[in-house]
Amino acid sequence: MATTLILGANSDMGRALASKYASKGYDLLLAARNPNDLNSLQSDVSIRYNINCTTIAFDATKLESHIDFWKSLPTVPETSILVFGFMEENEKAVTDSSILLNTIQVNYTGAVSILNIISRTYKENKKGQIAGIASVAGLRGRGSNYIYGSAKAGLIAYLSGLRNELFKFGVQVTTVLPGFVYTKMTENLDLPAILTAQPMDVANSIYNALEKKQDIVYIKWFWKWIMLIIRLIPEGIFKKLSL
Amino acid sequence: MKKSISNWGNYPVIQSNEQSFSLVSELEEKLSKSEEVIARGMGRCYGDASLAKNVFSTLKFNHLLGFDSSTGLIELEAGITLESILDFVVPQGWFLPVTPGTKYITVGGAIASDVHGKNHHVEGCFSKHVLEMDVMIASGEILTCSPTQNSDLFHATAGGMGLTGIITRVKFQLKKIETAYIKQKMIKAKNLNEIIELLDKYSSYTYSVAWIDCLKSGEGFGRSILMLGEHAKVEDLPESLQKSPLKLPKKKLLTLPFYLPSFLLNKLTVSIFNFLYYNKMFKREINNVISYEPFFYPLDAIQHWNRGYGKKGFVQYQFVLPLESREGLVEILKKISSNGHASFLAVLKIFGEDESLISFPMKGYTLALDLPVRKNLFPFLDELDELVLQYKGRIYLSKDARMQSKMFFETYPNAQKFVSILGKYNPSKFISLQSKRLQIKL
Ligand SMILES: Cc1cc2nc3c(=O)[nH]c(=O)nc-3n(C[C@H](O)[C@H](O)[C@H](O)COP(=O)(O)OP(=O)(O)OC[C@H]3O[C@@H](n4cnc5c(N)ncnc54)[C@H](O)[C@@H]3O)c2cc1C
Repeated sequence: MATTLILGANSDMGRALASKYASKGYDLLLAARNPNDLNSLQSDVSIRYNINCTTIAFDATKLESHIDFWKSLPTVPETSILVFGFMEENEKAVTDSSILLNTIQVNYTGAVSILNIISRTYKENKKGQIAGIASVAGLRGRGSNYIYGSAKAGLIAYLSGLRNELFKFGVQVTTVLPGFVYTKMTENLDLPAILTAQPMDVANSIYNALEKKQDIVYIKWFWKWIMLIIRLIPEGIFKKLSL
Repeated sequence: MKKSISNWGNYPVIQSNEQSFSLVSELEEKLSKSEEVIARGMGRCYGDASLAKNVFSTLKFNHLLGFDSSTGLIELEAGITLESILDFVVPQGWFLPVTPGTKYITVGGAIASDVHGKNHHVEGCFSKHVLEMDVMIASGEILTCSPTQNSDLFHATAGGMGLTGIITRVKFQLKKIETAYIKQKMIKAKNLNEIIELLDKYSSYTYSVAWIDCLKSGEGFGRSILMLGEHAKVEDLPESLQKSPLKLPKKKLLTLPFYLPSFLLNKLTVSIFNFLYYNKMFKREINNVISYEPFFYPLDAIQHWNRGYGKKGFVQYQFVLPLESREGLVEILKKISSNGHASFLAVLKIFGEDESLISFPMKGYTLALDLPVRKNLFPFLDELDELVLQYKGRIYLSKDARMQSKMFFETYPNAQKFVSILGKYNPSKFISLQSKRLQIKL
């Protein structure tokens, strides 16, 4: 059976993706900073869906470890999904340089580093699928969230370029643009219920998008139109809004 | 961030800070920073038992940890729902040992309320089938308990409404089945006396429950339908189903999207009951084979049916009276139906012997009915409590939103002992709206 790699499997979205792919019969490689945190998830998907599931340590910020990580995998996964991310309050990221660096390293540098490695193998093999979870926050910088937003903007541009390069080699690259999602990261925020997705919605959308080889996928269709409008607002007006 | 939350009865509604966890380490860390907390599963208790200033939702703590398909022993995290267990075990020939009338509850909730099913008179409460469990107590320490290890913690946690701590891991015994179907027998009863006699007469059936029409007065007071069931064997099924006896066809759920005025819901239940009662096919007795879902979970087919009672919400009044207090049952039911507070249907069950510390069941009859919240309801329920007390019965904490403290301590014989065990494991961390109201503390 085909294998799926989930990078950042301990997040709510990573967990939902693991269940989704396992329920479809895929074997799993689950990667997280502390693989012990994945033990219960590993037992759940292996018992419930009778698949093989391996957990591996992976740290997005330790760029020097990425090649060894990829080489150590028991098999080359047909699908690799990049889920990890890091978001702190904007103000903290502006004033505290370690938070700033972490935001950029996890969301951009670390993501690019591991995807560079994965994509070389896929390019050589002339097959493979990559999905990267970016964010609608990367589509236009807003005063309340522009450090995280600009790191995700970088990731969006990277994924677009990677897609362009790998297309001729038969490798699919999908950019995932969630809006609000109910996760432990957001459980203290008052999110508007009708705009907010569950982690399982994200997992379903990613699964379907890869099946259909979609390039860009929003989670919940209206986010596409919301972001279209937000991007169309002239800068002269946009700068006066409090967003 | 505070959120409005309420349980199944939509009463009361409170502002609460809700947190979740998927790992024990996360729970421990968050718990150490919070005061006045209570665990919350699916919020299917009707009242205020899983409401507090700080609520810990267990729903992300929901992993299967072990399953032996030859013995039916299952081990899991307490936030897993009965629905997700059934989806996994039924196709392999196993079933829950005890299930309430909805599958949308968690295993943690099943233990904390020590839920009963239609089989209590034969197979007891949920906790009877639990081999061992882990509980995170107020100190953040995890203790393993069972009927033989830390047994005081085990018995105070079963039916203890979350007050001993947060149940994390549970190991329990499933029940072997041959098919996903139930061999059902339905019998009509003309009145209350007849239905009670039928309940006694058929008490050897594994599953039994009666629906009582509360509106009918006079001769036909208490006219009802008794529903009995046994897990069907392969040879009980029509030939077309015998090939895959453990598979059920997928069904769509209906959702009640808005709050309805309560008379509409009553109309709905009235028409279902009348449809059954007056159905031409239904002479006195029907025997058929149906899948387990409509038999155990008839209301689960309509999601959010609780909205049918309107925005003010409702309470479910469920009490139990000892066997010898039959006349009390008649008196209380008459009082409710003549007062016009009642929903149309009441559910009557028979309980077997129960030796538990703080769980609800006792040998006798239990009656449950829904009452929409409105003016004078609570004073009226206090009057009913008086009768329940007088007839030596008690009220189910899992449905309760309004009982007075005195009533609790007078009707649960081990209440003081329970409180003293709590002193050992939970000096002051786990506090719900209900435990405050009932003054369950040292
Ligand atoms: C339609 C319907 C039918 C029902 N039928 C029956 C029935 O036939 N028999 C019956 O007995 N009950 C019945 N109930 C009640 C229901 O089974 C119980 O209230 C059950 O406890 C709900 O579980 P929950 O997961 O929703 O927990 P909640 O409602 O969220 O919480 C209930 C209690 O469990 C505690 N709790 C939850 N999880 C944990 C945990 N991990 N550790 C410690 N404490 C915890 C809470 O603190 C609270 O005290 C019914 C309810 C509905 C809505």
